[in-house]
Amino acid sequence: MSVGHQVDSDHQLARLLQIGIVLEEVVEARSHHHYQSLDDGVRLDPEIEALLEEAAEESAEHRERLEALVDRLDAESVPFEQIEALVEAQYGSTEPDDFDDILYDQLCNEETAYKFYDDLVGALRASEASFSIDRDRLIDVLIGIREEEAQGVEEVTKLMNTRE
Amino acid sequence: MNTADQYVKAIYLLQQMEDGPASTGALADRLGVSPASANEMIGKLESRGLAEHEKYKGVTLTDEGIVRARDALQTYCIIERFLANVLSVDEFQAEARELEPVIDDLVAERLDTIIDRNPECPDCFDPETDACCHLDVVAEHVKAGEQRAD
Repeated sequence: MSVGHQVDSDHQLARLLQIGIVLEEVVEARSHHHYQSLDDGVRLDPEIEALLEEAAEESAEHRERLEALVDRLDAESVPFEQIEALVEAQYGSTEPDDFDDILYDQLCNEETAYKFYDDLVGALRASEASFSIDRDRLIDVLIGIREEEAQGVEEVTKLMNTRE
Repeated sequence: MNTADQYVKAIYLLQQMEDGPASTGALADRLGVSPASANEMIGKLESRGLAEHEKYKGVTLTDEGIVRARDALQTYCIIERFLANVLSVDEFQAEARELEPVIDDLVAERLDTIIDRNPECPDCFDPETDACCHLDVVAEHVKAGEQRAD
């Protein structure tokens, strides 16, 4: 066990990027599920519908950027179908009840992703290890994704506030 | 998981193993830090009301410390189960120890939405094997045996 906050090998970095990919896949799969549950509902809310669609698209795009990094570390990605099946299997016990719950779930998704990338960038900056991929480029990619997650938090919060 | 959480979790597990206070030396060994660092952190935990230290006996968690340790252990269990069941990592214990400082509770909670965790968690955690008792830990034991044989 270590009490440090550093990333010091290609292997550890690849593992953390895999976790990032899974987090994006969870967002994507849960957004799809929420979207479908809206479809079954009495009345669709166009704003929430648009938000979920955009969140799923953004997660898919983030996943592709992370997969490109994982490929260069000679590690494997985690197939979306595998995570989709796991989300499906556990969704019943974690399913939001209504529109407000869906928005709250979406807020958790965005905040969690932001925290993950922020911690990862911090751990990379604290490390002096060299990786198979260029550290500056790696950090730039992660900061780019982190900023989009920050925008996501802002968008969901705004929508939640207008519904109060 | 932050440093204080890693400490209270380690103290909680050592108390279980030793059936009494956790000695500073054992705590330092478990966390891979110097006894001086462990002592310093124990002082901080005491000032936050999470632990009590008695000279020559060791450190004991307060009720508040136990609650915090059990939360931390649950987070750790999620990391282990995620590595073993989702990423199919054989040496999930070693990797969980490496990833623990970098994985935040929020992230673990989200990963928990795809993990079939047992309701008794964190009582499922075995301090001797450093693993959730529902996970197969044979791989690490076999490896340790092979290393001893060398």
